[in-house]
Formats: sequence, C-alpha cells, structure tokens
Amino acid sequence: MTLLTDTGTIFGRYLRATLRSKTSLVFGMLQPLLFLALFGPLLTGLDLGVSGSSWQTLVPGVLVQLTLLGGSFVGLGLLVDRSLGVIDRMRVTPVHPMALLLGRTLRDVVQLVAQSVLLVLLGLLLGLRAPLPGVLIGLVFVAVLAGALSALSYGLAMNVRSTPEFAAVANTVGMPLMLLSGLLLPMNLAPGWLNGVSLAIPLRYAVDAMREVFQGHYLNGTVAAGAAATAVLAAACLFGGTRLFQRGHA
Amino acid sequence: MSAPEPVIHVRGLTRTFQLKSGPVHAVRGIDLTVVRGEILGFLGPNGAGKTTTLRMLTTLLPPSGGRAEIAGRDLLRDPVEVRRRIGYVAQSGGLDPACGVREELVTQGRLHRLTKAEARERAEELARDLGLLDLMDRPTAALSGGQRRRLEIALGLVNRPEVLFLDEPTTGLDPGSRAELWDLVRRVRAEHGATVVLTTHYLDEADALSDRIVVVDSGRIVAEGTPADLKTRFAGGPAASLQDAFLAITGRSTADEPIAI
Ligand SMILES: Nc1ncnc2c1ncn2[C@@H]1O[C@H](COP(=O)(O)OP(=O)(O)OP(=O)(O)O)[C@@H](O)[C@H]1O
Ligand SMILES: [Mg+2]
Repeated sequence: MTLLTDTGTIFGRYLRATLRSKTSLVFGMLQPLLFLALFGPLLTGLDLGVSGSSWQTLVPGVLVQLTLLGGSFVGLGLLVDRSLGVIDRMRVTPVHPMALLLGRTLRDVVQLVAQSVLLVLLGLLLGLRAPLPGVLIGLVFVAVLAGALSALSYGLAMNVRSTPEFAAVANTVGMPLMLLSGLLLPMNLAPGWLNGVSLAIPLRYAVDAMREVFQGHYLNGTVAAGAAATAVLAAACLFGGTRLFQRGHA
Repeated sequence: MSAPEPVIHVRGLTRTFQLKSGPVHAVRGIDLTVVRGEILGFLGPNGAGKTTTLRMLTTLLPPSGGRAEIAGRDLLRDPVEVRRRIGYVAQSGGLDPACGVREELVTQGRLHRLTKAEARERAEELARDLGLLDLMDRPTAALSGGQRRRLEIALGLVNRPEVLFLDEPTTGLDPGSRAELWDLVRRVRAEHGATVVLTTHYLDEADALSDRIVVVDSGRIVAEGTPADLKTRFAGGPAASLQDAFLAITGRSTADEPIAI
C-alpha cells in the first residue's frame, strides 16, 4: 500500500518535471522520427520479403527503436539527481526504496507511449494503414519494453561513477541490440548467420510480433513468441534493475 | 531535573571503503553520545571522516562495524524508524534545479507520508517560518546561496525531526547569510526542540553555535568538550581562539608544519 502511494508521489514529481521541460518530449524521439520521415519513403518501392506494406514493417521497428534509445538512456537523469544529492535526500525519508525506481520507470512508460502515439500519427500521414486494435496491442508491447529497459537503465545508473561510464555501457549494449533485432529492416533479409544470431535477441521477437499485429494478425505463433519473449525480458530486467538499484546504494 | 536524555548513542562505529588501490579506513571507531537539545559541532580537517560518519548515522551508508541508536531506534535494525525521526542536509544540498520551491517542500512532506493537504500546509508553515514565502513559485535554480540553504534546511525539517544533521551548512555563504543561518539553527533547537549535529570548517561558527565540540582526525575522535574547555586544555586559556586549539589538536599548527611551495 505504501509502495503504491510512494510510487505515485515519485511518478507525479517526475511527470511534472517532464511536462515542464520543453526538450524532454523530443528527447530520444528525434532519431526514430528522422528514420520514419527520411528513411521510410525509401522502402515503399522495395520488396522486403514480408507481407503488408513497408510502413507496417517500419513503424513497429521505429517504435522499438524509440523505446530502446529512450528507455536505455533514462539513467542519465538519475545520475544527475545522484550527483546533486537529490536521491540521498529522498532516501533519508521513510519512502519505500523501490518507489524511487518504480515511480520514475512509470513516468518513462507514459512518456514513451505518448511519443509512440506521435510516431504512429506521423506514420499515418506518411502512408501507414493499420487496424486500431493492432496499433493498441503494439503500444502495449512498447509500454512493457519501456518499463523493462528503463528499470535496467536506472539500475545501471546507480552503479556507475560517471556519465561517460554510463554512456559507454549503454551504447555498447544498445547499438548491437538495435542492429540485431531487425528494427529498421526485417531480419529475414539477413544472411543465415546474422539471422541466427538475432534469434538470441528477445527484442527481435517483440518487433516481429508487433509487425504481425500491425497487419491485423493477432493469433499466431509469431505473436505468441513475441509476447512470451517480451514478458520474460521484462521480468528479467525488472528483477535485475531493482537488484542493481538497491545494491548501488552503498 | 532528570538526567539529560541521550538521543544519539554511538559505539565503535567504523567504515572502510574497499578500493582497487586498497582499503580506505575512513572511520576507525567512533563513540559518541549526544543529549536531547544539544547543538554538537563535529569538526575535523578535510578527509577526517565527518561526512562518512553523518552518512552512516543517517542510514545512507552501511557501517563496517559498530552500532548506533538514534532517537531511541537502532540504526541497523530499524533504519526506516530512524529516517522518520531525523533530518539530513548533505554537503551537496540535494535540490533539483528545475523543481519549484513549493513542489520540493510538498514532495518531501509526501515522502514523509503526510497527506496532500498536510503536506501543503506544512510547506506553507515552513516557508513562513524560514522566509521562503515569496519564493514559493521559483525554481530552486533561481535562489541565492543563502535562500538555497534555508530551503534545504526546511526540507530537513518537514517531519519535525528529533535530530537534524547538517553537513557544512554555511560553506559558501556571505557573513550576513551565515549569521542568519546561525540564528536559524538556534531557533530550530529552541522552537522545534531538535538536537543538531553540524559539521563546519569555520571555527568561529563552531565556537558561537556549539554547546559541545567533537574533533575527529583520520577517522577517530581526538578531542571532545565545550569550546571553552577545548581552548583551556589545548590553547592555554578560555581567552585563546578555538582556531589555536583546533590546530594544536589536529597537529597542523603552522609552527611545526613545513609550508609546501
Ligand atoms: N565513497 C568513497 N569511496 C572511497 N573512499 C571514500 C568514499 N567516501 C569518502 N572516502 C574517503 O574517506 C575519507 C573520509 O572522507 P569524508 O568525506 O568523510 O571526510 P570529511 O571529514 O567529510 O572531509 P571534508 O571536510 O573535506 O568534507 C577520505 O579519505 C575520503 O577520501
Ligand atoms: Mg565532508
């Protein structure tokens, strides 16, 4: 009960911070936006080896790109708060320690879903056609992935000493993940070995599933595999993130 | 009158940091008793272990050894109950520059489990008391050094703490703001009945504010007493300066220390 109230307090505080800041809505959104606007039109005439339009393939990929970039770098904000002493100040209150993590994570989920809606709307302008239930299910994937990555990012941020150290780890993990999960072009275009490697990346299953639901296919193995991979990834990230977050307190 | 009631009771407190370069013994065994209503000056040269000790006593840093009881609660067994009863203003302050003054105060109240209405009321009350009323809607980045310190202390007082820990509260303040802060610390004791533990490098300040002074060096307590007491024992008489006593205690007197060029 107190965990819920405390999480609400922290969530409110950081949501208001996001709404105050003019840059925060654009933060993390620029790159996916550019890919959508400047890379998307290149694909319209190509054969991607998948059913559906190129937009039904690209938009889900761009949503996961947004989530991956936006989610994995949220720890930077925590690092700033740590160096200002804000985190320590809050920790010398009875607040539930997990609320400091969950409240912020929840804010990130809301922010990334809102940004995703904007990207989908831009996609519609550019030529995306997708059924509403499919888009909504896609946003659920975004929400779960956002929560997972953001919790992990905060866990990392509690355990590094500097911004460069954080950026180095986040980039080293984030870039290969982004390329290997076939966000921009589907992995079935890849040579066998690359496709094989990407099968070890949970995000790939999430993207493939989102592409299915954007085409209106809800009940098939790809969607089930995507949902399962996303759930397992989220559980692992939340567990790891909270452990790291608490360990980093010393 | 009954015997003074101890509100802080520390025995054998130690903290060692394990670094790749080897262990750092920041605190090597501190015994300390502070009675209710006391203002305790916690002095010592840079790196003596003052901040490390305060971070342990405020539950932020697990001790390597020893035990402590704060406001009647065991530090190790009952950290949440300790947090309910203390306030802490760190060396780095802990303000979010983009956050407004009111919002900082109300959030702090909420974190101390006040209802929304109680938190808002407490924020107004503290703002009135600490001269922050006109600043309530400013972002904290737009406050002067003295105003920031007042807000930081207000945040530490939200829960009407039994013990307030202040780490270098007047560093970087002009003489006027420092004097204001001294008054504030005395008022906190007089009006809120709080016990105050503060660190400082200004010996005139320690002299003016503290009922009792504890000097630490290299993680150990090397002297303890009232300001007058320390001056008499270490600098020849109550008319001497605390500065002389401090230099004699910590062995950093200008006489026997070669000046590095
Ligand atoms: N996180 C840490 N890791 C390793 N060593 C540390 C850490 N924090 C403090 N120390 C070391 O512990 C010792 C005591 O530091 P502390 O900050 O407690 O001193 P202090 O008395 O507050 O000094 P100052 O007056 O400069 O604020 C120093 O040698 C410092 O380098
Ligand atoms: Mg210090």
